[in-house]
Amino acid sequence: MSDTTLHAHADEHPPHHPFLQHHFEDLGQQHEASTLGMWMFLTTEILFFGGVLCAYWIYRVMYPAAWAEAASLQNWQMGAINTIVLIISSLTMALAVRASQLGQRMGTVVMLVLTLLFGGIFLGVKGYEYSVHFHEGLFPGAQTFTWHENPALAPQVQLFMAFYFTMTGLHAIHMVIGAGLLLWFIRRAWRGDFGPEYYAPVEIMGLYWHFVDIVWIFLFPFLYLIHSAGGHHG
Amino acid sequence: MSSLTLHDVRITGAEGSRNYINDEYGALSWLLTKDHKRIAILYLISITIMFLLGGSFAVIMRVELLTPEGDLLTSDTYNKMFTLHGIVMIFFFLIPVIPAILGNFILPIQLGAKDFAFPKINLLSWYLYIFAAAVGLYVIITGGVDTGWTFYTPFSTQYSNTHVIGVTFAGFIAGFSSILTGLNFIVTIHRMRAPGLTWYRLPLFVWALYATSVVMLLATPVLAITLVMLMFERFTGIGIFNPAIGGDPVLYQHMFWFYSHPAVYIMILPAMGVASEVVAAFTRKKIFGYRFVAFSSLGIAFLGFLVWAHHLFVAGISVYSALIFAFLSFFVAVPSAIKVFNWTATLYKASVSWATPMLYILGFIGLFTIGGVTGLFLAALGLDIHVHDTYFVVAHFHYVMVGGTVMAYLAGIHYWWPKITGRMYNEFWARLAALLVFVGFNLTFFPQFILGYLGMPRRYHAYAPEFQVLNVMSTAGASILAVGYALPLIYLGFSLRFGRKAGVNPWGAVGLEWTTSSPPPKHNFEETPVVTWDAYDYPAMMKAVGETQNV
Ligand SMILES: [Cu+2]
Repeated sequence: MSDTTLHAHADEHPPHHPFLQHHFEDLGQQHEASTLGMWMFLTTEILFFGGVLCAYWIYRVMYPAAWAEAASLQNWQMGAINTIVLIISSLTMALAVRASQLGQRMGTVVMLVLTLLFGGIFLGVKGYEYSVHFHEGLFPGAQTFTWHENPALAPQVQLFMAFYFTMTGLHAIHMVIGAGLLLWFIRRAWRGDFGPEYYAPVEIMGLYWHFVDIVWIFLFPFLYLIHSAGGHHG
Repeated sequence: MSSLTLHDVRITGAEGSRNYINDEYGALSWLLTKDHKRIAILYLISITIMFLLGGSFAVIMRVELLTPEGDLLTSDTYNKMFTLHGIVMIFFFLIPVIPAILGNFILPIQLGAKDFAFPKINLLSWYLYIFAAAVGLYVIITGGVDTGWTFYTPFSTQYSNTHVIGVTFAGFIAGFSSILTGLNFIVTIHRMRAPGLTWYRLPLFVWALYATSVVMLLATPVLAITLVMLMFERFTGIGIFNPAIGGDPVLYQHMFWFYSHPAVYIMILPAMGVASEVVAAFTRKKIFGYRFVAFSSLGIAFLGFLVWAHHLFVAGISVYSALIFAFLSFFVAVPSAIKVFNWTATLYKASVSWATPMLYILGFIGLFTIGGVTGLFLAALGLDIHVHDTYFVVAHFHYVMVGGTVMAYLAGIHYWWPKITGRMYNEFWARLAALLVFVGFNLTFFPQFILGYLGMPRRYHAYAPEFQVLNVMSTAGASILAVGYALPLIYLGFSLRFGRKAGVNPWGAVGLEWTTSSPPPKHNFEETPVVTWDAYDYPAMMKAVGETQNV
């Protein structure tokens, strides 16, 4: 095979798509690589949340009564509202991916804005819950934890609250990062970057957003909906 | 010929052409580069600096241990020395060294790719490394930390009055650097292989880095969340790991070792990959049992996740779980042994070329075997209780980490140096350094096996007088080792200016990296290669060379 045939072959390629990075052969390879990259990242995230959930579960088995008591201190209505809000945001995110595939510029923008809006509502409700916990003296720490209603269980209730704030806090940080990404994507969608040939970034953004939602789907029952099943011995 | 030849056996390439080094000039062209080869050079410089820093703590400790009395350092300072030595060497040297330097440079070229799938993320991972190192240096300058590199609770959360949060934060950030490296490697190996480069044609270095990356992705986030809980606990005074309010310090140890035992394989698997490359190149043979060696890497990565509690035998875990973990720890030795047997079988009846990389790898095979077998001693419950927390443990993991990983890294940097820089180093000085490293290493650490077996505990600055002779031997060995490590800095640096031009393939080795010029052009290959041969197909190459000579 001589050089000339190679170059002739190279010339047969259509002109490069503006978003094709030089080290990929074509948009298909780029799409596959970035999708796999996000899945790998989410695998890491599963282990990240999995670590703290594992610790949570060990103490839940050790202290069932305190866990039930502490979960009863959570406002489950707020948690339920937030669960619904997030599920709707997942729907609008999926619709944004669909709109970008179909090349509907305004549709993509509207759906991304709605997703951002629901994400914002979630964070607002979460912030309200946090402020209530502070007032109730439920934030863990020598000075801040002043909850006395059941002194026998207080240390373990504090332990629960430590997990509550660690897990919901990490989840909220992921939501804030997701909101930041959404802002950037809204700008790109408005500019008309996405279309039937190039929608991989929106799809990958969607993967991330759905993952963050799923984390919440686990956190909600684990933190809000525990009944003292272990409390009725005989 | 109708297609690319089976093996490109060019001995000389186009000299003086543009390559990744002279493609652009200026500090910014390096600091903002997305070229994997330049990022590898950035890592080479920064990791070498961290190695010298970590080594200097070791030197101070070895000087202190010349005499039984604690006369040079206070016990508090000594605590900081071994802590900082461990943290710097593990998080900033051993974990990134082979993947981030050699892997970064060689992996895309071995795949026939222009770059990694995510060049910007590759650069980001270097910046994260630098940020973590900067936080670490800040901690060192402002007073250090004294918990040991394991940060055991409740000492780290309640009692230590040193910079625990700072240094665990640095470890947290360094972890993300390593996750991003692993992510990039996996995606690149899956999606960026050249046409014709099937999985079973991949060099074993690629298989090893793939297995390493799996461990990086799955284990590192658990360390990250553990350190988050530790920092949160120390910051607010809550007690996830504090027994006084219902927490469990042993849980911390479980979570820490769930990462840190697999992390041992992050450090040793790439070294095994280098060993396979070098053994093949300097015996001119196919690696015996290629598929066994390839899959044993994945086997080690998998089994490595099931043995963490062998670090907790005396921490109060139940006898039954200790028995299971002891059994599983024996099991993990099997894939490592498969590798050693296959390298040995490759060497059998081969005409071995005694070049510097091969010297290091012969040292690697022997020392890693000693390190591995003494690991089996420690996995045995009864013996572990006897030698727990003694110098036996110290000697064991230095045989694996220094005798294994560092030797293999030195082999790899010598093997690929001509490709990276385009220049040959001085073979005489290189062989001398390899000899000094081997002798110095054994003199440093073999006495520590005996010291440990006799009962000298680790992590004390003073010891019983009867241990002095062996300690003096160890310090003498460390001095030789230090000279052995300093020499390459000199002659490798020297070669950059005065070294002989290397040409395309100075070793006459098979592999895509030996078909492109040295140093490689910015996009690695003039045209994307098409692979039609197996890895290490030396028999076919020898035949091809013979035919060329006959013509
Ligand atoms: Cu281990």
